[in-house]
Amino acid sequence: MKEFFLVIIVAMIFLVIFQISKASEYVSVLKGEEKSRKQNNKINGFLMVAFLVLGLIGVWYCNELYYGKTLFPQGSASVEGEQVDLMLYITIGVTGVIFVITQVLLFWFAFKYQEKEGQKAYFFPHNNKLELLWTTVPAIFLTVLVVFGLKNWFKFTNDAPKNSVLVEITGHQFAWDMRYPGKDGVLGKKSYKLYNQPLGNTLGVDFEDPESWDDLHTTVMHLPVDKPVKLVINAMDVIHDVGLSHFRMKMDAVPGIPTTMWFTPQYTTEEMKVRTGNPNFVYEISCDQMCGKGHFSMRGVIVVESEADYNKWLASQKPEYFTLHPEKDPGGNNQAVDSTQSAPIAIAVPKSN
Amino acid sequence: MSSTISLQESVLHTGHADEHHEHHHHETFISKYVFSQDHKMIARQFLITGIIWAIIGGLFSVIFRLQLGYPNQSFPWLEDFLGHWAKGGKLQPEFYYALVTMHGTILVFFVLTAGLSGTFANFLIPLQIGARDMASPMLNMLSYWFFFLASVIMMASLFVQTGPASGGWTVYPPLSALGEASSGSKIGMDLWLVSMAMFIVSSLLGGLNYITTILNMRTKGMTMTRLPLTIWALFFTAVLGVLSFPVLLSGAILLLFDRNLGTSFFLSDIVVAGKILPNEGGSAILFQHLFWFLGHPEVYIILLPAMGMSSEILSVNSRKPIFGYMAMVASLFAICVLAFLVWAHHMFVTGLNPFLGSIFVLLTLLIAVPSAIKVFNWLTTLWRGNIRFTPAMLFAIGFVSLFISGGLTGIFLGNSALDIHLHDTYFVIAHFHIVMGVASFFGMFAGVYHWFPKMFGRYLNNTMGYIHFWVTIIGSYLIFWPMHYEGLAGMPRRYYDFSNWESFKMFGGLNEFISLVAMIVFAVQLLFVINFFYSIWKGRRVTTENPWGANTLEWTTPIRPGHGNWKGEIPEVHRWAYDYGKDGKEFITQTTPVGADESKDH
Repeated sequence: MKEFFLVIIVAMIFLVIFQISKASEYVSVLKGEEKSRKQNNKINGFLMVAFLVLGLIGVWYCNELYYGKTLFPQGSASVEGEQVDLMLYITIGVTGVIFVITQVLLFWFAFKYQEKEGQKAYFFPHNNKLELLWTTVPAIFLTVLVVFGLKNWFKFTNDAPKNSVLVEITGHQFAWDMRYPGKDGVLGKKSYKLYNQPLGNTLGVDFEDPESWDDLHTTVMHLPVDKPVKLVINAMDVIHDVGLSHFRMKMDAVPGIPTTMWFTPQYTTEEMKVRTGNPNFVYEISCDQMCGKGHFSMRGVIVVESEADYNKWLASQKPEYFTLHPEKDPGGNNQAVDSTQSAPIAIAVPKSN
Repeated sequence: MSSTISLQESVLHTGHADEHHEHHHHETFISKYVFSQDHKMIARQFLITGIIWAIIGGLFSVIFRLQLGYPNQSFPWLEDFLGHWAKGGKLQPEFYYALVTMHGTILVFFVLTAGLSGTFANFLIPLQIGARDMASPMLNMLSYWFFFLASVIMMASLFVQTGPASGGWTVYPPLSALGEASSGSKIGMDLWLVSMAMFIVSSLLGGLNYITTILNMRTKGMTMTRLPLTIWALFFTAVLGVLSFPVLLSGAILLLFDRNLGTSFFLSDIVVAGKILPNEGGSAILFQHLFWFLGHPEVYIILLPAMGMSSEILSVNSRKPIFGYMAMVASLFAICVLAFLVWAHHMFVTGLNPFLGSIFVLLTLLIAVPSAIKVFNWLTTLWRGNIRFTPAMLFAIGFVSLFISGGLTGIFLGNSALDIHLHDTYFVIAHFHIVMGVASFFGMFAGVYHWFPKMFGRYLNNTMGYIHFWVTIIGSYLIFWPMHYEGLAGMPRRYYDFSNWESFKMFGGLNEFISLVAMIVFAVQLLFVINFFYSIWKGRRVTTENPWGANTLEWTTPIRPGHGNWKGEIPEVHRWAYDYGKDGKEFITQTTPVGADESKDH
């Protein structure tokens, strides 16, 4: 019923506007079209400058309302991201000045040079000096921004530092899976052809490869603070994207083409709760590339903690090889088996976290 | 001239001495209104089809904005209209994504490409260069009917059981290639691809025709440097389309092969819905290269006609020449060339080679230079003018304002190190909606208000025009300006619901506000549609040939020109199109011979 009345009301408003508009046309014919045109011109000229003033106030007010909700006040949670924020400030500064100048000129000129009795337009077809001026000045500003930007770009996309923590992250509809290389620091080989849901091998890890035996498989990413971390990014099915807005980082996950990204977290999750004043704060991994109907729910969580806590957590995790093959687990109470023989055995075990 | 010479022949031999009698051409309803070969009728067909698509595409955005603004509310009436797509009055995620995808596809291709450049290239090119029709009226007609066919197929895809394409308007595979990955990637996606193939054919037929016509059929005295800027803009638009649309066609065909014939152009190493696919060796990124090789020029295909029309309208209504004509042409040319060299800036975070990325940063930010030239030239055009605020003029001024606002944020996104952070957030939505969506719409509205008297021999209602303009510009800024802040908070695009995200859920109130404004702005566009159709039949009649006091050739034709445009000879051109306010004269039309005592400027 509410919707019905809404439709009626909107239709009535339309009708009223339509009738007024029609009537105003008749009035303008009666008044003399030239005269009413000039009146309209005055009104619109005034509205131009009113729009300018109210618009600039609106820009300021919008900033008052929403600046606090952006990521600026809490600062970048990664060391590298601070460069991004600095670049953002500089770019906002430069473009902000240009924005205000050009918008003011646009609407002010429109208001000031509105048609007036006896006013003649100034015949001014070109001026090489002026045109040269506004070719070179923007070019200089842009060069500065490009140089600054590329310096950061090469830093971000360069190889990760040697001492980085290595984590593999794999996207699939609609969740993230992590793999840690374990004590040997090397991730075991994998192939999508080895994917086997019933056996629990959802990432297609090659358990014939001894380097995979100490690898951990988790669904939450734990990271030590103040240490560079290198992510190796994969996708099982369609393109996803590892979006880490707190760290100012983002990289696509493409099936068949592994990508990488590195950054250095500088605040633990607990520290961020204080910085943001939000006791529920968590680092979230958002999928930033359209990946299907569950795209909006493809959420991952990162826990950044002190190195001691991180090591404790690592030690508490059981390698995936042992969860999938409990009989091979020396810590488990299964019978000892020849550890060189590693044919997968069909036992489905729920993944540990 | 003998009366047996058909119109067709007189078009082909545009001898300027040819006399032309339109009443000798017998027209039936079908040949006049349906399979018309008159460029003006084809333009009207493009425009009206575009308007219908714009209503549909806009309505889709209103429906998905309901979900974004009121994620916890259910709307039982939605179920009445949409059936199982809105079970319990709540939009299903699959359909939300279908709506988002179709909103993008419809507005980018069907409205702002076909509806904008299709309309005005058809309408203005022959009229402003002094030709009786296009080089090939037949191909021109086919161009519309291929567009119509594309429209029918796309429309049909809205009604299939598994829903229309829903992988975003960029249809990246593997999502768009695998029916198992998304219900929209079933038959809906095939229809999307076939429809786009038809659309590309339409666009090529049109584009080749526009280029040929502009190069070969200008009237006597109409040198290239005397062309109005609208024609230059439409020319570069056509060049962009002809060179880049075929690449999208190749992408679409390869994707059809991957979908239906088991090829692996874009597919490799995939496990979907628990099934290991046999495809090996393809690259999902290859499609993105093919797509954006069109996709980026596409945004200029949309924008350039709006730039050209705004230039013309700003000059006419400032009663002042466009400032820096040659610089305007040169910057259009520069934008046209650069448009082909920047496509990979959409792919900075795909794992693109960083060195390659840096080249694309450089080329992308270079586009800001010609854009800046254009903006400052427009501003100088207004300076010391004698401005008449017709609705067309208001929209042209609004275009400049929006182009500045949206263009500046391009400097953020083109800089790869910043793009890493802002990519695929609401910042991007704000950027491209302002600069390419709303700005181009403003150019289109400016064009419609300005040339409506030529199209239909009547005026649009001014009061409704003013209401339309002010609500739309205020509304557009209210919708898209705050989205920059959401983007700076990292809020991702294409999310159906943010309420489970600790990082993004604080914008609930803002999203509701944006949805509300979007509905109001949409309603005002309907007011424009009412004005448009009412005025075609009931608008105030045009009583003079040249109602705006403009210099260009279209205003030398009769108030309602027939097929062939000019009765008698095509006028000869003696000067450029922008002699406004020269030597104390208010305006000097292009057909006025240069006087002996005239000052030499230009």
